[in-house]
Amino acid sequence: MSSASTAEAEQVVPERVARTSLAHRLLARPELGSLVGAIAIFIFFLVIAEPFRQTSSMATVLYVSSTIGIMAVPVALLMIGGEFDLSAGVNVTASSLFAAMLSYQLSLNVWLGVLVSLVFALGIGFLNGFLVMTTKIPSFLVTLGTFLMLQGANIAVTKQVSGQVATDNISDMDGFGSARRVFASSFEVGGVSIRVTVLWWLLFVAIGTWILLRTRFGNWIFAVGGNVDSARAVGVPVRQTKIALFMGVGLCAWFMGMHRLFAFNTVQSGEGVGNEFIYIIAAVIGGCLLTGGYGSAIGAAFGALIFGMTNQGIVYAGWEADWFKFFLGIMLLFATVLNMWVRRLAVRR
Amino acid sequence: MTLIQMSNVGKRYGNIVALHDISLRVNAGEITCVLGDNGAGKSTLIKIMSGLHHHDSGEMLVDGEPTRFGSPREALDRGIATVYQDLAVVALMPVWRNFFLGSELRRGPFKVLDIDTMRATTRSELARMGIHLNDVEQPIGQLSGGERQCVAIARAIHFGARVLILDEPTAALGVKQSGVVLKYVAAARDAGLGVVFITHNPHHAYLVGDHFILLNRGRMRLDCKRAEISLDDLTREMAGGDELTALTHELQRT
Ligand SMILES: Nc1ncnc2c1ncn2[C@@H]1O[C@H](COP(=O)(O)OP(=O)(O)OP(=O)(O)O)[C@@H](O)[C@H]1O
Ligand SMILES: [Mg+2]
Repeated sequence: MSSASTAEAEQVVPERVARTSLAHRLLARPELGSLVGAIAIFIFFLVIAEPFRQTSSMATVLYVSSTIGIMAVPVALLMIGGEFDLSAGVNVTASSLFAAMLSYQLSLNVWLGVLVSLVFALGIGFLNGFLVMTTKIPSFLVTLGTFLMLQGANIAVTKQVSGQVATDNISDMDGFGSARRVFASSFEVGGVSIRVTVLWWLLFVAIGTWILLRTRFGNWIFAVGGNVDSARAVGVPVRQTKIALFMGVGLCAWFMGMHRLFAFNTVQSGEGVGNEFIYIIAAVIGGCLLTGGYGSAIGAAFGALIFGMTNQGIVYAGWEADWFKFFLGIMLLFATVLNMWVRRLAVRR
Repeated sequence: MTLIQMSNVGKRYGNIVALHDISLRVNAGEITCVLGDNGAGKSTLIKIMSGLHHHDSGEMLVDGEPTRFGSPREALDRGIATVYQDLAVVALMPVWRNFFLGSELRRGPFKVLDIDTMRATTRSELARMGIHLNDVEQPIGQLSGGERQCVAIARAIHFGARVLILDEPTAALGVKQSGVVLKYVAAARDAGLGVVFITHNPHHAYLVGDHFILLNRGRMRLDCKRAEISLDDLTREMAGGDELTALTHELQRT
């Protein structure tokens, strides 16, 4: 019975429609380029840098990658939705400063500071989204504005409140131990110590991928980034979608901020500047289109992994660490060209 | 049955009068063609019906009630679906995601997308319109212009549109593809929808239209039923009546 119906189904397919090959399908995936790149870089450092081969080095690479990767997920989603957030890097610092100072100055349980700073970080995200949608000014400019504001306020407020450029140590305050376990602990796997952010990173990538591919909201993200007018015309709530994406960046910035706070007990107020570009680079290497409408969370994870491997690999290879940025630049150019080429192959009939 | 009625509707963009004193009816099971030159106000007229713009004067009745849509979603919820020439689809998204965009099917407690059903429905709905895709996963940008229009029309019909508004659906299409689209326009009418068909092309309009409205610089220049006008007259009116005769003389080779 079932074979009869498949035979029937095959008959109505006209001859002109060529079968899409598996290779063609693979090429159409946005993360393919970054997967190939990640494997190549992995093998490269494996061959040239002896210390890179140790499992503890791998754990360090994963940790460094996770600190970028957790932010690269919402940044990639936002880019697929057609917007940028240049305030993402300093928002990480702002939320950790906020939590640290609030808890310390009012002698609160740190969890209270943690929760209030979540509201704060989401508020920054909301403000970015609200301003972009209301003024219709490109997000590049709006978030450049909030970036500068936060960068200045981070240092100024910290100096004002604690009399120095870093916050006071909060490690002996109530709730610190449990917060540290959540945001900044380690666990052992086969004798190797792995940072908990690696697990969080995997979870965030999984959630990001699930949202993009399996939920209605994900459909809307692709649509508002791909063609905002037609999305609006078929009834997609463009404004809410984009504001939610900015708030997603705020959420993860808060998470990373909490990690930094509980990993180091104190926060340097000038930190985080420049990281916004690293997140964007990870997303672009991972196959996100700068113009929006195309990309993946998994790709952004590979992008972050490439960042982590190169960052550490150069050290393990014994090279001057200053070469890192140089390499990152090459990789970005290479990835962009590769992605463009792959996409052209995929869209060609 | 009258689905949409406009009486003396006007619309200005700043000090540009885009529409002035427009009255028309959209009836179920009829194709109302709106013709006119570039900038005549055709798109503006349908954007009022589809909830993208508001009228400044006059009245729009939907099912007899005075109406002002706050968003395209509200118009869609009242069964008014619009297919734009340029805004019909999101090119990089798969065909099935485009088909269900804004009206996604979800299932289960976590409200995940019901992808299998959506794929199968897309495939069967398109097959009903004579478009056979073996891969509804391909980006819709890979389809031809006519196929994309058909997907957008099929989508509108599938989601229970009672009024189907088409803004120049045949403008960028070749003869054959225009024919395909026109067949679906007629099929939508036969299914009982009220169709508003905007076009530059009097031949296309006359092939399917029941009612013709000609706009000229935001004003109604002609409003008549099919029985009251011939294709030649329609073409002449469109080209500006006597202006065409003058143009014919001007261009005549000696
Ligand atoms: N958003 C807008 N702001 C200002 N003026 C506008 C706007 N949209 C349209 N107009 C003006 O209103 C007039 C009518 O435009 P409309 O797009 O409705 O014409 P049309 O009949 O659809 O033309 P075409 O055949 O070229 O599509 C034109 O003069 C146009 O310049
Ligand atoms: Mg128009």
